Amino acid sequence: MTRYLVRRLLIAVPTLIAMSFILYMILALAPGDPLSQFAANPAVPPEVRENIKRSLGLDQPAYIRYVKWLTAAAQGDLGYSFASRVPVTTLIWQRLPNTLWIVGTSYLIAILFAIPIGVIAAVKKYSLFDQASTTFAFIGFSVPTFFTGTLLIIIFSVKLGWLPFIYDSTLKVTSFQTFLELVKMSIMPIAVLALFQMATLARFTRSAMLDNLPQDYVRTARAKGLQERLVVIRHVLRNSLIPVVTLIALGLPAVFTGAIVTEQIFRVPGIGDLLINSIFNSDTPVVMAIVFISAILVVAFNLVVDVIYAFLDPRIKYD
Amino acid sequence: MTEAVRLPKAPQTAPPKSKIAAMDVKKPRSLWTDAWRAYRRHRLAMFGTAVLLFFIVAVTIGPLLRPTDLASVGDFANAFQAPSLEHPMGTDPLGRDLLSLSLIGGRVSIAVGIAAMLVAIFLGTAIGSIAGYFGGRMDNVLVWVTDLFLALPTLPVLLLVIYLFRDSLRKVFGINLGIFILTVVVIGALNWMPVARLVRAAFLSLKQKEFIEAAHSVGTRTPSIMFRHILPNSLSPIIVAATLSVGAAIILESTLSFLGVGFPPDMPTWGRLLYDSRDYIEQFPWLAIFPGLLISITVLSINFMGDGLRDALDPRRTQG
Repeated sequence: MTRYLVRRLLIAVPTLIAMSFILYMILALAPGDPLSQFAANPAVPPEVRENIKRSLGLDQPAYIRYVKWLTAAAQGDLGYSFASRVPVTTLIWQRLPNTLWIVGTSYLIAILFAIPIGVIAAVKKYSLFDQASTTFAFIGFSVPTFFTGTLLIIIFSVKLGWLPFIYDSTLKVTSFQTFLELVKMSIMPIAVLALFQMATLARFTRSAMLDNLPQDYVRTARAKGLQERLVVIRHVLRNSLIPVVTLIALGLPAVFTGAIVTEQIFRVPGIGDLLINSIFNSDTPVVMAIVFISAILVVAFNLVVDVIYAFLDPRIKYD
Repeated sequence: MTEAVRLPKAPQTAPPKSKIAAMDVKKPRSLWTDAWRAYRRHRLAMFGTAVLLFFIVAVTIGPLLRPTDLASVGDFANAFQAPSLEHPMGTDPLGRDLLSLSLIGGRVSIAVGIAAMLVAIFLGTAIGSIAGYFGGRMDNVLVWVTDLFLALPTLPVLLLVIYLFRDSLRKVFGINLGIFILTVVVIGALNWMPVARLVRAAFLSLKQKEFIEAAHSVGTRTPSIMFRHILPNSLSPIIVAATLSVGAAIILESTLSFLGVGFPPDMPTWGRLLYDSRDYIEQFPWLAIFPGLLISITVLSINFMGDGLRDALDPRRTQG
């Protein structure tokens, strides 16, 4: 196991370096110019533009910039944003709470609902509940989030007027009243994301349960005279959760990148919003940092999943 | 998909051409006829197929029946009309008929979905079959590349590449064709990994089967073994993945349009129509609802088809 882990870690490093190199080159070779805002401004003479370029290090060739970026990034320094002249890490820390609150909560809600739904649907296969939840799941992952979001706004903000449709990031939670406001403005974005996640997870739980239900050990448990409830919960569910836990863990890195579309619809100032604005502003350091961090998280959680897997399922041995 | 409904070349269990075979009046049942029977029994999948075929026919001939001038500067007297018999989906802020726009936009959305699927399937099959067949060092490298692509966050990278490169491609291929090629290639290039994994797994297990050994022993060449013997036998998972990836590509394309990065404003893809409606949803919600419904119903139909195909092509299925 330790040897396996070490080997995996050793593979992860070149993967991340290769990925960061590809991303850096895409950004460097792209025609978008972070200084275009100055180019259009007649008040900025060419010499000044050259100076700005030099101060940002943009006069050097791309591969040198990349090596510099990588050495700095390895030490936790992700550079400065071109657009706001603030360290990228500061920007990310500013946005992270909003994203974690919205995306994290929706993920949690999705897990809490999806697993019971999947279990019941599998145990009562082809029942009315199963058919309803299957239909619901298909709608959940077929309807794009930007449409669910728009529909919710039309229904709950425009027609009924119950919920605000713009996320007010200046709100400070100081009392029960403001907390209630926070909840009110978070309901729709959370619901949109939870619906989507729930659909995938419930479907996955159901099929994992269906794989396990006809197995011999289930028959043995029933033959012992165990109550059906205990058979399902203690035996079938436990074994079915192995792949489900994997799927959940693999989805966690996406919590960081945030939900670009949902954050855009409800104007939630999270990481996804920062990312898309930085792309539009050619703010290379910010884009690079967010995409790179999310790639690190993906690689890390893949590793975590493998470790969890060996822990949950003793049949799996790594060598 | 018609390509797939061919008999697989390799393990042929058909009876030898003798008198017994000639007496057999029933047509031999192949994997594909069996699969088709199982597929027909899947009600939601048949429903999805019907809807999708209807949509494809509608967007193909519809724009001829309801022509509209995309370049018109606007008929503001007719703007924002609610759905009526004359305009079943109402009219847009420029007074154009939303149904006619949706028909033109649907062409693009569905074409992007299918073309991106072809790119993804091509890349995935090529990489997966080489990795699975040759194994060894080649396999290690290709699996590493696959994992590398899987670790890329799809939507951000997609946005980035399209935003950065669309201007240069527009200059080469013209506005609409340029963005079409870029969208299709990039979506395809970010979606091939599941296909590659499936194909690799199928190749790994099939290349050790006896019929491949037999093919080797009679001197069949490597490309022929790979693509005439192994590939047709690993089609089932590819077909399912292909179907589902059409839906995924349609969603990705409309997401791009919705974020304002996709096709130019004068090309009314479904995502673009939804994007343009954002400022009007308070008074004219149908501007958002119709395009959104079109995307959702299309993707839902495709997912139903994928589910039906998965059941029908699963060798473990119990019904014959």
